[in-house]
Amino acid sequence: MSSPESSAYKATEAAPHDVVRRTEWPLYEIFIRGQHGLSHRHVGSLHAPDAERAMQNARDVYTRRKEGVSIWVVEASKITASSPDDKGHMYDPADDKVYRHPTFFDIPEEVGTM
Amino acid sequence: MYAQMVKSTGEGVRSLDEMDPQERAFQERIDAGGKIEPKDWMPDGYRKTLIRQIGQHAHSEIVGQLPEGNWITRAPTLERKAILLAKVQDEAGHGLYLYCAAETLGVTRDQMTRDLLSGKMKYSSIFNYPTITWADMGAVGWLVDGAAIMNQVPLQRTSYGPYARAMVRICKEESFHQRQGFDIMMKMAKGTAEQKRMAQDALNRFWYPSLMMFGPSDAESIHSAQSMAWKIKMNSNDELRQKFVDLTAPQADYLGLTIPDENLKWNEEKGGYDFSEPDWDEFFEVLKGNGPCSVERLEDRNRAWDEGRWVREAMLAHADKKRAAKLAAE
Repeated sequence: MSSPESSAYKATEAAPHDVVRRTEWPLYEIFIRGQHGLSHRHVGSLHAPDAERAMQNARDVYTRRKEGVSIWVVEASKITASSPDDKGHMYDPADDKVYRHPTFFDIPEEVGTM
Repeated sequence: MYAQMVKSTGEGVRSLDEMDPQERAFQERIDAGGKIEPKDWMPDGYRKTLIRQIGQHAHSEIVGQLPEGNWITRAPTLERKAILLAKVQDEAGHGLYLYCAAETLGVTRDQMTRDLLSGKMKYSSIFNYPTITWADMGAVGWLVDGAAIMNQVPLQRTSYGPYARAMVRICKEESFHQRQGFDIMMKMAKGTAEQKRMAQDALNRFWYPSLMMFGPSDAESIHSAQSMAWKIKMNSNDELRQKFVDLTAPQADYLGLTIPDENLKWNEEKGGYDFSEPDWDEFFEVLKGNGPCSVERLEDRNRAWDEGRWVREAMLAHADKKRAAKLAAE
């Protein structure tokens, strides 16, 4: 996160100070793969100026106790998420397709394990 | 607790019949043990109360680094120093998990930081007390983190998904904090006469401020009733305080230390200890910003923020420059 107001350090050449500064570092979502062959899992988010720094911060914030062996950082604004309003038409159709589950079919006992 | 005296709507709990269909569906989902996620509809009061509560909790973790940071350079051994560093780093992490959770509700990190630095948002009263001896590091871990755990464990089941998930992570780490504190207390309490005296002195000073962490009795509070209906508060303040005393009193016995309360006595009938209330006038004074270290804590946070500004800006400028160079090369 950067400072909320424009910089007091006008002498630096880093950025123009006569314009309103971006107020915060961008938000990154952090995904970590644990040790046991699972996929990456969302663990939280953090602010960082760029992806490299997000990676370093993610290491410090989310893997202080060997929680993972691989980290993905993704800028939050790049993620497209489904909306709760779409829940109905996205997921309800699965309700009447119970035959997609193996337990729908009765297999006679004498056939054995299947 | 780490979030004290959080106000909700102030209107009291409404029955399902009084709610419009949207709010009713929301409340029924919570009643059924469902989770509310960031993009779900939620009542304004729920959102605002949670921002206040999670924000205050996050600020407490961040300001809570200061009393312990005080001893990093003076820890008695290299091992104790490394452990204390790890613990303080955890507290920073806890603050970050919680800020993230609060941000999913639509408040920015900068806004929360500004509100902490200006004194508009509060942090727990406990961090306005000084840590004047090494034994205080023991008392803080044992009592302060112990009291925090009482509240945080049930909050793992809170209705707001991101908050609950942050709590799961925090609880995993918090147990280390309490145990390292108790370990320091054991060492001191079984040490030389002077070490034992220091341990007792730390207990004397931190006992009542620890009891205050739970906040005054809220049996009659409409704010608490609403928060409990929303499942963003899981137990009453008195319940948690009782539980804390019941667990802690035998631990003090084990250490051979005396809890500074002559009314502390096992009550067979209620199956818990009777104990004295802390001085609530003192609590309200501390909340108002008149605690022994209130000014110092806020000054320290403000100085850290101001002096870190050039670093934050330089890193952003560097990132911009690299991005521009990369674009130019493409």
